[in-house]
Amino acid sequence: MSSSFYPARRRRNAMWMGLSVAAAVVGLSWLLLILIVLFWQGASGLSLNVFTQMTPPPGSSGGLLNAIAGSLFLTVVGVAVGAPLGLLAGTYLAEYGRYSRLATVVRFINDILLSAPSIVIGLFIYEVVVVPMGHFSAIAGCLALAVLVVPVVVRTTEDMLNLVPNTLREAGAALGMPRSLVIRRIAYRAATAGLVTGVLLAIARVSGETAPLLFTALNNQFWSTDPTQPISSLPVVIFQFALSPYKEWQQLAWTGALIITLAVLALSIFARALSARGAANQ
Amino acid sequence: MSGEVQAQKLAKPAGAENSKVVVRNLNFYYGGTRALKDVALDLYQGQVTAFIGPSGCGKSTLLRVLNRMYDLYPGQRAEGEVLLDGENILSPGLDLNLLRSRVGMVFQKPTPFPMTIYENIAFGVRLYEKLPKAELDARVESALQRAALWTEVKDKLNASGLSLSGGQQQRLCIARTVAIKPEVILLDEPASALDPISTAKIEELIDELSGDYTIAIVTHNMQQAARVSRYTAFMYLGEMVEFDDTNKIFTAPRDKRAQDYITGRFG
Repeated sequence: MSSSFYPARRRRNAMWMGLSVAAAVVGLSWLLLILIVLFWQGASGLSLNVFTQMTPPPGSSGGLLNAIAGSLFLTVVGVAVGAPLGLLAGTYLAEYGRYSRLATVVRFINDILLSAPSIVIGLFIYEVVVVPMGHFSAIAGCLALAVLVVPVVVRTTEDMLNLVPNTLREAGAALGMPRSLVIRRIAYRAATAGLVTGVLLAIARVSGETAPLLFTALNNQFWSTDPTQPISSLPVVIFQFALSPYKEWQQLAWTGALIITLAVLALSIFARALSARGAANQ
Repeated sequence: MSGEVQAQKLAKPAGAENSKVVVRNLNFYYGGTRALKDVALDLYQGQVTAFIGPSGCGKSTLLRVLNRMYDLYPGQRAEGEVLLDGENILSPGLDLNLLRSRVGMVFQKPTPFPMTIYENIAFGVRLYEKLPKAELDARVESALQRAALWTEVKDKLNASGLSLSGGQQQRLCIARTVAIKPEVILLDEPASALDPISTAKIEELIDELSGDYTIAIVTHNMQQAARVSRYTAFMYLGEMVEFDDTNKIFTAPRDKRAQDYITGRFG
């Protein structure tokens, strides 16, 4: 074997490695830049007021309490409605429908829904809920978020359940265990970390959605816990405040953006840690 | 294949006891492919029968017919007769869960459930009986004792089943199977994923369990078959080639293919 090939190969390898590393650095640096800008602009506005006072009228100071509470309400209820649906549908796809025609169709539709523009979902809920009700409402916002949650949870549930080895199910069946028990007590338990990760990722996804809320929950300058009334939310408040000419509003918009980003970051890290622990237990 | 030829091939072993399981004219299909061809054999009450043969000969397929495990997968079907105490288990209306409570199975790869050691065993028992805690504890203990695992786990019954070593996990699976008091135990290469010491323990176990249970074991390890079984069935390409006392098969096999396999000319 001629040795003259080897140095050329090494040079080419180094070049490709260098390109890959550079691409990774460039990609990560954007994330870093975003975080830096967010901290730079938003941290100066962080104070106890942000968490204790309501959104102010233009020109005066205040906080984001109603927006934070509203986001929490919308996300929690939206996930509470969407996640169980997604879980059950994902279970059907992985356990009962592996070889069925219906499952193929459902999977296809789910993938389409997964990448549907969220503004379209918002408009749909507008037609179906807001118009008959006659006004915007928190519950419409929750429903819009639920529709966004379902396909994410279906996908992750199916993928996680498919990772559970079939021999485990056979071992359950070999004891004479009925199908539903095999699923509930064995498959679910084996895939718990993965299933929870899926729900956490869905939460992270919808907590930052703005477009669907514009047509459903609208916004509310005041504190409200009435599900039939419009409700405030962080993304919509950021949208409104950032575009305004008022300094206090703009500052609150930056702070709100920082809060959302940190919350989603924390959720994603937690979800990742959970799935790593689940994988370690396998 | 006609009935007389089949009966001849079976060459009923000397001193044969009651047949717990009787297989006649068994054909098995994966979709369009015929994997088992007119298989016939008997599993005798309280005895260990080994299925041996080269890879792909159908021994695991045959084992999985005996507790209708193939029913979990569409496209796989069996035709023929498999009589458990005289009742054909291939009939369509049969309660599969009840069948599997009488015919237990241990797999090649140890499959402890993702629960505590205690729960692994109690779970199966609870499916069939409602026992007060004291009795359930006793049942779990006796199952673990039968599987020669009790002394090793009695202080950590609440540890996860997955925290045990491979050999211990496999014995846990055996304990789990024994706990629901089946009549037949099917073992699909139970020791092939284990080290020699665990293998020896499993073989001891099989020896102790036989007598109370009718056991069928698939193994690609001929020495193991010779050690643990009383009867051996040699299979080749989906056919039951020879079925006889283990001694006879390993010292004076009649069929040339069996001779070649046992002497190591192929397989």
